[in-house]
Amino acid sequence: MLKYLASRLLTFVPTFIGVTLISFAFIRMLPGDPITVMAGERGVSPERYQELMVQLGFDQPVYVQYFEYLKGIVQGDLGMSFVTKKPVWDEFFALFPATLELSLCAMIFAVGLGLPAGVIAAVNRGKFFDRALMSTALVGYSMPIFWWALLLIIVVSGWLGLTPVSGRISLMFYFPDTTGFMLIDSLLSGQKGAFSSALSHLILPTIVLGTIPLAVIARQTRSAMLEVLSEDYIRTARAKGLSPYGINGIHALRNALIPVITVIGLSVGTLLAGAILTETIFSWPGIGKWMVDSIFRRDYPVVQGGLLLIAVMVMIVNLTVDMLYGFINPKIRKR
Amino acid sequence: MADTVQQEPDMQARPGRLTEFWHYFRENRGAVFGLWVFAIFVAVAILADVIAPHDPTEQFRQHLLQPPFWQEGGTTAFLLGTDAVGRDMLSRLLHGARYSFYVGIVVVAVAASGGILIGLIAGFAPKWVDTIIMRVMDIILAFPSLLLALVLVAILGPSLTNAMIAIAIVLQPHYVRLTRASVMSELSKDYVTASRTTGAGLARLMFITVLPNCMSPIIVQGALSFSTAILDAAALGFLGMGAQPPTPEWGTMLAEAREFILRAWWVVTFPGLAILITVLAINLMGDGLRDALDPKLKRS
Repeated sequence: MLKYLASRLLTFVPTFIGVTLISFAFIRMLPGDPITVMAGERGVSPERYQELMVQLGFDQPVYVQYFEYLKGIVQGDLGMSFVTKKPVWDEFFALFPATLELSLCAMIFAVGLGLPAGVIAAVNRGKFFDRALMSTALVGYSMPIFWWALLLIIVVSGWLGLTPVSGRISLMFYFPDTTGFMLIDSLLSGQKGAFSSALSHLILPTIVLGTIPLAVIARQTRSAMLEVLSEDYIRTARAKGLSPYGINGIHALRNALIPVITVIGLSVGTLLAGAILTETIFSWPGIGKWMVDSIFRRDYPVVQGGLLLIAVMVMIVNLTVDMLYGFINPKIRKR
Repeated sequence: MADTVQQEPDMQARPGRLTEFWHYFRENRGAVFGLWVFAIFVAVAILADVIAPHDPTEQFRQHLLQPPFWQEGGTTAFLLGTDAVGRDMLSRLLHGARYSFYVGIVVVAVAASGGILIGLIAGFAPKWVDTIIMRVMDIILAFPSLLLALVLVAILGPSLTNAMIAIAIVLQPHYVRLTRASVMSELSKDYVTASRTTGAGLARLMFITVLPNCMSPIIVQGALSFSTAILDAAALGFLGMGAQPPTPEWGTMLAEAREFILRAWWVVTFPGLAILITVLAINLMGDGLRDALDPKLKRS
């Protein structure tokens, strides 16, 4: 097991270096040099240009620049935003809870509906219920979520008037950021209606972001369950006279969960990609919207830093999933 | 998905590959349906100029935001209504099929040919080359695909061509991994050794001996990434980083329609519906392809 852990960690290092290389190269691949880009339409005088070159280290050879960049990353220094003049690191972690809250809710939504749907479909294989569920899952899997979001806004917010269209909470409420999670903070604030306001703002983004993971989890659970249900030990359990609930719910599901957990872990990347669209549409102040806005504002240090932090986060999650997987399933370790 | 055990009559010769494939593919009714829808989509893409009632960019100034013909205020001149500057929705949708088809074909062709080549090299090359290639692919896969595509477009400049390049780059690692994995499992088989001992060169081994036996998963991946490409291109268009207005690309049309969502449901509903139907049809087809081509997953 230790050997497996070590070998997985070892592959993490070159990938991490590669990711830093890409984010380092990004700002240098833009048309025009970084300082002209930074100055924007106002332009800079030649003296100021020289001064900035030295100040930002662009007069150094590229490998020295890269080394300095790496040193900065290790110390948590990702540069300053052109627009807000705040450190990228601080901005990222100020906005991250919003994305985390939304992603967690979406994941709970997806797992909470996807697991039972997959199990029910597998148990009723080939019957109407199975077909209906799996057709729905395929539609969900094919859904352009930006359109799905607009449709939900039209129907639920527009026609039915049930939920707000954007933001995290109604402007009537104000309370300090204690945890960064609006649901918890609104409860802590003790203000009447704050929690329900936060909750109603969450519903549509959660559904939109959770739709594709939901479909993937339902499909994966079904096929994993089908595989397990044909095993000998299930027949034994059945022969012993175990109740269907005991067989499906306990014996089968427990083993079917292994591939499902991997899928759940691996959908973190999908969630973050989905967060870009979902947050933009619902004006959700998280890192997805922050990245899109920064790309449009040409706020390159933010794009560079955000790209790196997001990639590292995805890598850490994937690594954790891999290790958990190796922990649960000894066959993997041997490879 | 219906399990029908069919007893094949004894045949003199093994049926041709295509016949066999069609035999399995046909069993999946969803897949056949998907194939039909996809065929219609392709026909629309090719014939858009002929069947569209109006020019997709012509603005009928007297008919702004006119609803579809079955609603009050709609006319049969504009079957699905008009958008905010009076362009015919139906004509724009029909022409949009052309862009989506183009995106799908180009992205899959670029990503697959590049990915297969790199994957073959990784499979045949010495260990260290393989390691480097796979690490580079890991790095690309560490970024959420849409984010990486967005950033690439930010570097290249927003346009449909650049969006396609970005999506092709993002999708490429999947082909590399698949090809490499299949090559690895094929390389240990006897027919490869036989071919080697009879003096087959490296190029022959790679492209003629091994590659054809690795194609099944790649074809399935091709179908699936066709739909991913259409979705991602539409998403980039929606974010303003893909095709630029007035191009009648479905994602771009949605972006333009966003401000009218509560006033004119048709400008929002139809482009999205077009994306959904196309992607769904391709995914249905992909599922059928997988069932028909992958013997392991067959009949599950």
